[in-house]
Amino acid sequence: MNESPMTASSDALDVTVVLNGETRQLKVQPWTTVLDLLRLDLGLTGTKKGCDHGQCGACTVLIDGQRVNSCLQLAVMQDGREITTIEGLARDGQLHAMQQSFVEHDAFQCGYCTPGQIMSAIALIQEGRARTRDEIREYMSGNICRCGAYPNIVDAIEDVLAQSGANQREAAE
Amino acid sequence: MLKNDPHIGSPRNRVDGPSKVTGTAKYAAEFEAPDLAYGYVVSSSVARGRISRIDAGDAEAVPGVLKVFTHENRPRTAWFSHNYQDEVAPPGKPFRPLYDNEIQYSGQPVALVVADDFETARYAASLVRVDYEAEPHETDLRVVRAKAYVPPKKRSGITPPPKPRGDAMKAYSEAPVRIWGEYAIATEHHNPMEPHATTVVWQGDGKITVHDKIQGALNTQGYVANVFGLSKDDVRVISPFIGGAFGSGLRPQYQLFLAVMAALDLERSVRVELTRDQMFTFVHRPETINTVGLGANPDGTLLALKHEAVAVTSRFEDYQEVVVNWSSLLYHADNVELTYKIAQVDTYTPGDMRAPGAPLGTFAVESAMDELAYATGIDPVQLRLRNYTERDENENKAYTSKELRACYQVGAERFGWSKRSAEPRSMREGRELIGWGMATGVWEAQMNKTSARAVLTIDGKLEVATATADIGTGTYTILTQIGADALGLPMENVTALLADSALPKSPVEGGSWTAASAGTAVDAACRIVREQLLAYAQKMDGSPLADAMIDQVTFTNGSMVLTADPSRSVTLVAAMKAGGVDRIEAQETVSPSKINQQSYSAYTHSAVFAEVRVDEELGVVRVTRIVNAVAAGRILNPKTARSQILGGVVWGISMALHEETFTDHNLGRFMNHNFAEYHVPVNADIHDIDVIFVDEHDDKASPIGVKGLGEIGIVGTAAAVANAIYHATGKRIRDLPITIDKILAAQE
Repeated sequence: MNESPMTASSDALDVTVVLNGETRQLKVQPWTTVLDLLRLDLGLTGTKKGCDHGQCGACTVLIDGQRVNSCLQLAVMQDGREITTIEGLARDGQLHAMQQSFVEHDAFQCGYCTPGQIMSAIALIQEGRARTRDEIREYMSGNICRCGAYPNIVDAIEDVLAQSGANQREAAE
Repeated sequence: MLKNDPHIGSPRNRVDGPSKVTGTAKYAAEFEAPDLAYGYVVSSSVARGRISRIDAGDAEAVPGVLKVFTHENRPRTAWFSHNYQDEVAPPGKPFRPLYDNEIQYSGQPVALVVADDFETARYAASLVRVDYEAEPHETDLRVVRAKAYVPPKKRSGITPPPKPRGDAMKAYSEAPVRIWGEYAIATEHHNPMEPHATTVVWQGDGKITVHDKIQGALNTQGYVANVFGLSKDDVRVISPFIGGAFGSGLRPQYQLFLAVMAALDLERSVRVELTRDQMFTFVHRPETINTVGLGANPDGTLLALKHEAVAVTSRFEDYQEVVVNWSSLLYHADNVELTYKIAQVDTYTPGDMRAPGAPLGTFAVESAMDELAYATGIDPVQLRLRNYTERDENENKAYTSKELRACYQVGAERFGWSKRSAEPRSMREGRELIGWGMATGVWEAQMNKTSARAVLTIDGKLEVATATADIGTGTYTILTQIGADALGLPMENVTALLADSALPKSPVEGGSWTAASAGTAVDAACRIVREQLLAYAQKMDGSPLADAMIDQVTFTNGSMVLTADPSRSVTLVAAMKAGGVDRIEAQETVSPSKINQQSYSAYTHSAVFAEVRVDEELGVVRVTRIVNAVAAGRILNPKTARSQILGGVVWGISMALHEETFTDHNLGRFMNHNFAEYHVPVNADIHDIDVIFVDEHDDKASPIGVKGLGEIGIVGTAAAVANAIYHATGKRIRDLPITIDKILAAQE
């Protein structure tokens, strides 16, 4: 990324982040958003730009485990933080349970909002707030799907939620 | 005909699913190129007039800016407007970006700033100063409505209204029961999640590869070649993934022009990605006002049917869609008069948006039919059955198939329609009024000339290919299923290639015709491969299939098996070895049957049942339940097919309750150009949607029995919701979207 004319400029600042499990030392301009850093500087285009105004959720990533609209975060503010994007979910070619569930339930059509939906859904389950379909709908309402895959998105999340509940019960027993 | 075995007709996961859930699917703005430059568009702030001065000096002085393109320094492009006509352009003179100093609409691109990086381009674009001599504009349909006209030149593929039958006005005025109403639908913008974008990769020597957000790679290729005077050999278009389009990607949009122009001029790769607010500056669904008059006997039999629609178009093109024809297609009346007119305003040309025209016209006629049901005291489903058409009376043709009766029956049963209490405001729970409404949907089942290629290699892998796109509809998947079944291979052994101008010719992806067209073409190409394989197998010494005809052989598990005696078989690999080949390639072109088209009309139908709950004091509406029963011929993949209908239903709910582009007519400008103010449903707005596919056998709509699904889900849904709101509240609202203010203000 150091070839980029933007980061070569003298205004660039040093930032160290753990990106998808890997420590990265980056030079970023003070005005660069996390979204543009990912897409334009690092070539991680799995995180999508749908509105650039925090209105659609397509750019959702996890920062220190919290779901965040990456278009509303400046890259310079992320020093020392852990960022997980859609590219960081699959391990050794094995899809994350949420990714697999989205495929099984056909929880997308064009696929453009999908990475954001999946990151948001993973955080939703970690937050532990959603127990019912209505709660899933409510807490997934920051991620717009223009194709209208909502019922299948709810199915996909409900399935993973049930699995994670079963796993927790097993662990407790 | 295809057989439902083992993949066709079975629910299968999307073959492009893994790439979409891992973020590896690449969309137009995500292709890399060495030395990529970034363009940022400057948009007009007035609706009509001329640019008196444009000063790009400050922008060009910003380090990293390569060039600012305006009408003053634009490189030479085609002189004549007809060179800008694309495959699906309506009659008129297409918009030509940066052509001269004339402003034709608010938001029109007036400059492109190209820089080494995106942020520099964006910043420098803010420094371009444009002075305008504004001229009076008009954007209000209600002002120009009186100047509406019947389009003098028909748009290709759009059937004008049929000639009047009988005397509709006389029959209406004499009818015992009369319904007359005006039904309006607001301007809507497509707003796919992926903003329109183009990455042009400079290959050197005047050659470019274009990654464009387009529903047909060949449309982009043809446009670029014509406008910039290039040979098609020098323009390769590759757009494997489209982040939604819904019609906005049918025509090449201005970011394509700008990116190609800059790349050719700078001899460098260029990307232009529009912002969300710029997504409101090219194509929209036209604001439309319908007037419907129904005259009927007290038993609900229609005597007169009159339907007129007036819609906006731009000053430079006569955009047209089918709005009114659906009424007399669905219902018989001896006296019919249908009219479709357009009126010019100072906006960009409207365009096709999911089921163009159909949800607008059916909202009107299906609302009016609901009003007639109350006026006559006849159940809405019974009223529709009473006026059911057995033939296409507009064209005087038989239907290829029409299982709409089954849709009504199965849908009503699933919904529990028989438990409905007919009286408005008669169903409630606490402070919520409950309403049940229904409506009919209809859309054309089309097939278009399409070519496809099939290549089988000695490793048992099959590749099927055609130039059309998969905009999220599932085309990759159904073509993989068709190829796999044709040659008896597992789906993992089949790859579908799409969205590349180098592939066999196909029309744009749209109109619900792609499954029927591309599916038939792939099937046909695979059939040639099958015949070749059998011929090779028969060359073997003592071939087990020596005297077999192709229709006596089943392709399964990588082998050709004699259907009557499964002990006699040859593997595909053995057959190819016997033929001395390591690949078999076949290309086939299919067209719709002219004979069938002359004698039959092909339509998809649906019956939509909706439950709404309306907060009596706050006017808040929730659509709690939809049952959509669809008759669409053969269903290739019930999983992706259901998703198409789910999506369409969400769009219908959205049209009924949410979507509306507001125009400030003083400024001549769309005002709510972002996702905060342009409302589309979020997850919490969508509740239970039950999709049913009724059995429908059709051997004429397309050779593979497919009718298409992309559009039918939206058609009728908005009307069903509006009718349910009437049933809940006793308030008939004839303007979409039905927002809280309208519900609270309306009289019972």
